[in-house]
Amino acid sequence: MVLYPLLNSLFLCFSRFLALRVPAMRRARASPAIECSFSVSRYFPGRTGEHLTDNKEDVRVFHLEQQLQVLTMDKSEKTEVVLLACGSFNPITNMHLRLFELAKDYLNGTGKYRVIKGIISPVGDAYKKKGLIPAHHRIIMAELATKSSNWVEVDTWESLQKEWTETVKVLRHHQEKLEAGNCDHRQNSPVVERSGRKRKCLEERQDSSQKKSLEPKTKGVPEVKLLCGADLLESFGVPNLWKSEDITRIVADYGLICVTRDGSDAQKFIYESDVLWKHQSNIHLVNEWIHNDISSTKIRRALRRGQSIRYLVPDLVQEYIEKHDLYSSESEDRNVGVVLAPLQRNTAEAKS
Amino acid sequence: MKSRIPVVLLACGSFNPITYMHLRLFEVARDHLHQTGMYQVTQGIISPVNDDYGKKDLVASQHRVAMARLALQTSDWIRVDPWESEQPQWMETVKVLRHHHSQLLRSPPPMEGSDPGQEPSAPTAAPQLKLLCGADILRTFQTPNLWEDAHIQEIVEKFGLVCVSRVGHDPKGYILDSPILRRYQHNIHLAREPVQNEISATYVRRALSQGQSVKYLLPDPVIAYIRDQGLYTKDSSWQTS
Repeated sequence: MVLYPLLNSLFLCFSRFLALRVPAMRRARASPAIECSFSVSRYFPGRTGEHLTDNKEDVRVFHLEQQLQVLTMDKSEKTEVVLLACGSFNPITNMHLRLFELAKDYLNGTGKYRVIKGIISPVGDAYKKKGLIPAHHRIIMAELATKSSNWVEVDTWESLQKEWTETVKVLRHHQEKLEAGNCDHRQNSPVVERSGRKRKCLEERQDSSQKKSLEPKTKGVPEVKLLCGADLLESFGVPNLWKSEDITRIVADYGLICVTRDGSDAQKFIYESDVLWKHQSNIHLVNEWIHNDISSTKIRRALRRGQSIRYLVPDLVQEYIEKHDLYSSESEDRNVGVVLAPLQRNTAEAKS
Repeated sequence: MKSRIPVVLLACGSFNPITYMHLRLFEVARDHLHQTGMYQVTQGIISPVNDDYGKKDLVASQHRVAMARLALQTSDWIRVDPWESEQPQWMETVKVLRHHHSQLLRSPPPMEGSDPGQEPSAPTAAPQLKLLCGADILRTFQTPNLWEDAHIQEIVEKFGLVCVSRVGHDPKGYILDSPILRRYQHNIHLAREPVQNEISATYVRRALSQGQSVKYLLPDPVIAYIRDQGLYTKDSSWQTS
């Protein structure tokens, strides 16, 4: 307790010094316990790059330990995160897009992570879900929807695979892609930070496919995490929908960010599962305060009934749907009577 | 074929700030009225409340009007009208309705969304002006001293109400609980929002003051305006009038 006045004055000197290092400090997202009025301008996406305009900042109330931690923690100590959302996106809605925003704010707010990218990965047609329209339309709509975002993008790898691809494989693909990109980046980077890193990185790449769960990732490589709603979390319980080994790998090796209105249901679900419970530190539940029910199913139903979907999906998506008359009773009948790909595959494997 | 009654929808409120939920009210109400086969919605008007209303955290009306304007840039049938906000003091909703109704009678709006088969012609019936609101407003009719009974009556008798459902509200119940509303329930249209989307402006303001993202809750141009004008920041409470 005696230390506090000393630390306090230290902090005040420090903060003046840090005023010069504004970019790094600004990226240090305040944790919820810290109340300070950062300039609101930097949190608005839709512009290229992080927008840092104001220099006037009012630092008010801080919890001292967190304060020092946030201030002394520079960019490289935070784990960089890439959020990956898998799903039908049939069609993409404002709710899907909100998941990204909520998850990013939450993770950045912990002070431990820095979300650098969001990836929307629409499922391939081979998924055989009822009412699933061709992937190329769903991709285009997702691209139109993310046009105004400076950090969320669409990836077509999954949709281009001939066979349906398990989510864990999509996660693995994107993680490996990041690791490969990271090595190249550091190889070519003019700033040599830690000389041993390059060699270590390449070794890691070779090891990664075999010893994924044993090797801790280098702090420098961004981590891919699965972003989802509570429905996906609870779908882990549907028989034969997921391989139990896949669920384990997802929560052990990658991590889950689950945005949900009803946190208690999700918590209960985690509690009742041994695997999820074991890896609960890797499962982040983010509260969605807004009662937001914009499900794609309801969008499609509204369209069939000639009702407006304006302001539930981005304008460009609504226009695209209208122009191409994408959703109708006919489209809703696609794959009727066909068994969903994961159910087919997992049931077949269980029998063999 | 019986021609439909042209209807103009008027929404009063703080719009502090305007959100996608406000805009949805219009879309849902229009769909509902069209579905009855009796009405043709030709116009939507957003009327932000006067600063004099004195509600906590209400930013200056010039901003609220500007934000609504930005939000409606891409709408071909809804517009914002600053008349109410430009009056010297706050006025009751019924007076706003009266004003806009007399404006409509003076210069009826062009028919929008007419059947392509029909000849474009001057509207045969005078447009009806209806108050558009969420179910929560309907409930406030019960709050003592908030509304004058005579005004409630005039609103539902002379104009009409289109009320869009909200989670946690029971509009049918509110109507049954009130003798005035019961008597004119034929003039109260209950529209069901098929896709719940409860974006409260209060939540948006809080998120903004905490530096959190509000993207996809309100249109991008409105978000940009809020940022550029420094609205709804933690220390901007002194800016509100």
